[in-house]
Amino acid sequence: MLKIIRERWRQGYRTSGFPKAEPVLPERFRGLPLLLGERCPAACRDCDTACPFGALRREAGKTVVDLGRCLFCADCPGCPHGGLTFSSDYRLAVRQRSDLLFSGPELPLAGKLEKKMLSLFGRSLKLRQVSAGGCGGCEADINVLGTLVFDLGRFGIQMVASPRHADGLLVTGPVSENMHSALLATYDAVPGPKIVIAAGACAIAGGPFADSPEVHNGLAGILPVDLYIPGCPPHPYTILDGLLRLLEKR
Amino acid sequence: MSGLPLIKNGGALPLADIPRLTPAEFAAMCKARLTEGARLVACLAVPEDEGAASVTLIAVLADDEDGDLLVIGQEPGREFESLTPRIPQFHLFEREIAEQYGVTFAGHPWFKPVRFHAPWQGGRDAWGRNASLHPLIGDMSYFTVDGPEVHEVGVGPVHAGVIEPGHFRFQCYGERVLHLEISLGYQHRGIARLLQGGPHPQTPMQIETMAGDTSIGHATAYAMLMEGLGGIEISPRAAALRAIALELERLACHVGDFGALAGDVGYLPTAAYCGRLRGDYLNLTGQLCGSRFGRGLVRPGGVLFDLDSVLVAKMLTALGPVARDTRGALELFFNTPSVLARLEGTGKVSVRDAFYLGLVGVAGRACGLDGDVRRFHRGNVYAPDEVPSMIEEGGDVLARALVRQREVEHALAFLEQRLASLPDGSLRVVTPPPSPDSLAVAMLEGWRGPITHVAVTDAASRFKRYQVVDPSFFNWSGLAMAMRDEQISDFPLCNKSFNLSYCGFDL
Repeated sequence: MLKIIRERWRQGYRTSGFPKAEPVLPERFRGLPLLLGERCPAACRDCDTACPFGALRREAGKTVVDLGRCLFCADCPGCPHGGLTFSSDYRLAVRQRSDLLFSGPELPLAGKLEKKMLSLFGRSLKLRQVSAGGCGGCEADINVLGTLVFDLGRFGIQMVASPRHADGLLVTGPVSENMHSALLATYDAVPGPKIVIAAGACAIAGGPFADSPEVHNGLAGILPVDLYIPGCPPHPYTILDGLLRLLEKR
Repeated sequence: MSGLPLIKNGGALPLADIPRLTPAEFAAMCKARLTEGARLVACLAVPEDEGAASVTLIAVLADDEDGDLLVIGQEPGREFESLTPRIPQFHLFEREIAEQYGVTFAGHPWFKPVRFHAPWQGGRDAWGRNASLHPLIGDMSYFTVDGPEVHEVGVGPVHAGVIEPGHFRFQCYGERVLHLEISLGYQHRGIARLLQGGPHPQTPMQIETMAGDTSIGHATAYAMLMEGLGGIEISPRAAALRAIALELERLACHVGDFGALAGDVGYLPTAAYCGRLRGDYLNLTGQLCGSRFGRGLVRPGGVLFDLDSVLVAKMLTALGPVARDTRGALELFFNTPSVLARLEGTGKVSVRDAFYLGLVGVAGRACGLDGDVRRFHRGNVYAPDEVPSMIEEGGDVLARALVRQREVEHALAFLEQRLASLPDGSLRVVTPPPSPDSLAVAMLEGWRGPITHVAVTDAASRFKRYQVVDPSFFNWSGLAMAMRDEQISDFPLCNKSFNLSYCGFDL
């Protein structure tokens, strides 16, 4: 017993000050893209074909990054002229798929739920997580929200074991053909009204596996989505930021 | 035997050098080598030509004593005699090949689909299903036990927790589990087929996400293959940076597993501390390359990120207290009698079963099988004798925890030493195109166990076949064995002690 108390004292208090205090992320962290349009040569369309995942295109004289497809690759081949880098801004979650078509400088960050939904879920949101072809990366960074560092419970958000106890689904993965019907069955098992959150590039648009004959390229056309959280995987603070915005806690 | 094609880990050989043995010779060779202590690390089918009906079987056998890899082939065919009754290590490889190419293995005692996808080249399905339709996941006959009061409990694919999907069927007599059958495939994304015709621009990212908790492990195996096929060596500095990331990945996962084990036996101090510490190791990887999972660090030819003296100092400063807290959390865990009482004797796998099923990595070492790629095979990361034997004999949850504890200690010492003395060298060298009509094998010891990638190139230097063998491929069978005669209520604890990858198996 004394050993436990001594170790408890040594380990210290570790819960982060988020959301009041901003998190300290590594210098090399790749967040919201930084588009330097002034570096684009006239009539250059190199970026139209540069991204192997189709996350980039040139439109109306602007570079558009589809944050739903972007994997935030370290060796991004997007712009040979240095017109695309990544900032350290971890806030990426939005409410509409079209809001992910980013041409800078500001991203329309997620707003709160509609009034009725907010009154139902604002103080207590229970989510059932479904991995539908995920690689375990998104799942790991969702799991970590339950640790004492993030302490998800203090915001009234909890991951629950049964869809029957849930207010919504937190979906990861590109929706493999083999998880398609189980995902729909789980969605049906959640009592309404309910929400759906797409976490990670896979759930939004198929991620690294987009266009594989074995996957459905994410939730589009399968379930209605209330919150999109980009990243491969999204940083835990990106996920938490999105959840808190949805519940009007940021 | 002389004249047989031997390569070293990370090496390549021309396809023409692989002998095509008769089925009898192939079986005898495998049996003899495996009886002598070699391991079956990979077995794959290569179609004769595009769209051809018959396939050539190729087996890769690792000799840990000499660090050699023997590559042998079998005459092409469509109907094979199953080797599984004599050599159980073949059981999943044969099922995998049957599912991919619609070939059959007569006499296979457990002939069922593995991942539930349509045969790759259309035509015939090994189970007589409609080859042009996507099969229904989980549609197969399950093992059942009959008798009064025997009942079946089915769990999944969506099961409790933030966890990947899988289907588990327990045959129970009262609380006692007579057998557990594990049926996967839900995470199947068709990666092996996506890689055919590659390498593509998407390939490195698909490799990094085939099992997201093993990004460094799989990316390094892929890079080693490309380097072997291109005939180049990476610099000592790049190798050291890969090793640092690999050990950070090992630490994050092992420490996370201690948290999960502690949580499942209701010992909250270690559960809470290790949950946090796991994130601290991931954040160290984040310092190195910007991604907590090491995405974008390893590429063929080397690495994309360097460590300067400022960042090294920063990482060492961060590592000190994290290492101390890890040791403190583990000391509590292993010094608490009520914890040990729950671990000891639970989920036991006999060394005999482990050997026949070919268990590897942490699960294999916990049964006394010392097949550690770091120790026995060239891999330009670890110096000879740098990695000690880290085996236990118990085969139970406690043994698997103790193996992890040893690996955590070793990884911490390794990191402190390597970070403090990074060798010089270029970060990345140019990788020439893969040599045509060749086969290459790369293995490394990831945190779960050996990761094996095998590539076969065509005349145009593209991937004709690319096989990935995650340690989970072997070890799910071990979990099923561990549950025999246990109670269902001990399933979570047994499962955590293996902590296998669903997506690494399903691919």
